[in-house]
Amino acid sequence: MLNYIQQILPALLGGTKVTLSIFAITLIIAIPLGILLGVTLTSKFKPIKWLLNTYILIMRGTPLLLQLIFIFYGLPLLGIVFSRYNAALIAFILNYAAYFSEIFRGGFQSIPKGQIESAKLLRLSKWQTLRYVLAPQVFKIVLPSVGNETINLIKDSSLVYVIGIGDLLRAGNVATARDVTLLPLILVGIIYLILTAITTYILKAIEKRTNVWR
Amino acid sequence: MLEIKNLTKKFGNKTIINSLSIKIPTGQILAIVGPSGAGKTTLLRCIIGLENVDSGEFFWNGHQFDPTNSDPKNSIVGAVFQNYQLFPNLTVMENIILAPVKVKGVATKLAKDEAQKMLDQLDLSGKENLYPYQLSGGQQQRVAIVRALAMNPKILCYDEPTSALDPDLRKEVAKLILNLKKDAVTQIVITHDMEFAENVADEILKVTPIK
Ligand SMILES: Nc1ncnc2c1ncn2[C@@H]1O[C@H](COP(=O)(O)OP(=O)(O)OP(=O)(O)O)[C@@H](O)[C@H]1O
Ligand SMILES: [Mg+2]
Repeated sequence: MLNYIQQILPALLGGTKVTLSIFAITLIIAIPLGILLGVTLTSKFKPIKWLLNTYILIMRGTPLLLQLIFIFYGLPLLGIVFSRYNAALIAFILNYAAYFSEIFRGGFQSIPKGQIESAKLLRLSKWQTLRYVLAPQVFKIVLPSVGNETINLIKDSSLVYVIGIGDLLRAGNVATARDVTLLPLILVGIIYLILTAITTYILKAIEKRTNVWR
Repeated sequence: MLEIKNLTKKFGNKTIINSLSIKIPTGQILAIVGPSGAGKTTLLRCIIGLENVDSGEFFWNGHQFDPTNSDPKNSIVGAVFQNYQLFPNLTVMENIILAPVKVKGVATKLAKDEAQKMLDQLDLSGKENLYPYQLSGGQQQRVAIVRALAMNPKILCYDEPTSALDPDLRKEVAKLILNLKKDAVTQIVITHDMEFAENVADEILKVTPIK
């Protein structure tokens, strides 16, 4: 059995790499995008807010799987063609940025107005207020929700299976179908568990550091 | 001397303050009293520049100034809010020196020394590295006062500084305000507490709601 594991492990780790790259790129782009959209949502400019809220409604109100299929199989019918990998990234970034923007909007709105007024009275500039007063507080408030979404993203990334990307899940499924054994799928599960465990650990460590103040 | 001429403030078409004029000589204390909803907080917020006025002019020693101007060189007024609004993510010391260091460019070491002196005077020695949630209400208030003073305002405003305090602390705040008076800080204090107003104020302004 150990022999067999050794034999399929390279394929599984190759799949893990793909899973992790989708995970990382999505986070790196979707979080800043979410912050930007979240701040925009707290502004008073109606048309843009309406547009953003419609986008968020669609992204949160329809299955991610549908969005993925729509972008990869649907858009080519309109002449818009993406590679598998890019289609996956676009779907995940658009979807997760919508969730993140709602989280950050809530974070910014939950800071008492008096904090901003205090900063203004102390003659801090807008940027200084954001940097030293708002950002650390918003960061602490959104951390648990952003953490949840991050863990979800690891698991959601397996959805790219349907558009034929060779991620971790596909690597396991291919081996199971070929060798008629459950072992690859169990290994896939274990690898997902390890990934989520590491992420959870990192999030907890960050959370602990923000717990020195309330 | 602080002089306010013909200050009018409306919310929508509701007039809150109608052509009010005030003069406060440097180093004097003005108490503002009046029933709830009379517009005391609104008046204070106009003076500290958090509300735009509909009309009115502000002068400090004869020079006109705009309270809403956020230019650091223009920091004539400071304020202590009713719920203090200390920054929860910063320690007591960081709360106090943030603006002097980042806005005025004071060296950190110097800003800390200054802050420490004031903290010691206000019986807050040893609290420098605590976060606001670790302080009592009265301690938070004194930190808020030190934070405002660290920017060297000419005028310091308080919105109901004693409402959350027990009688002993109330006396402490009165003492503190009278001490600042010795340093020629001009002060404006909103209060519901007539006894307190009579104890500290050189002058008492009674405001009434406008029908
Ligand atoms: N942002 C605002 N928009 C509209 N109306 C306001 C606003 N702020 C205050 N008001 C109104 O202005 C009036 C005066 O309010 P203000 O807070 O100045 O009273 P106050 O004298 O400080 O009362 P209290 O003693 O209860 O603190 C009230 O009728 C209030 O409803
Ligand atoms: Mg009030």
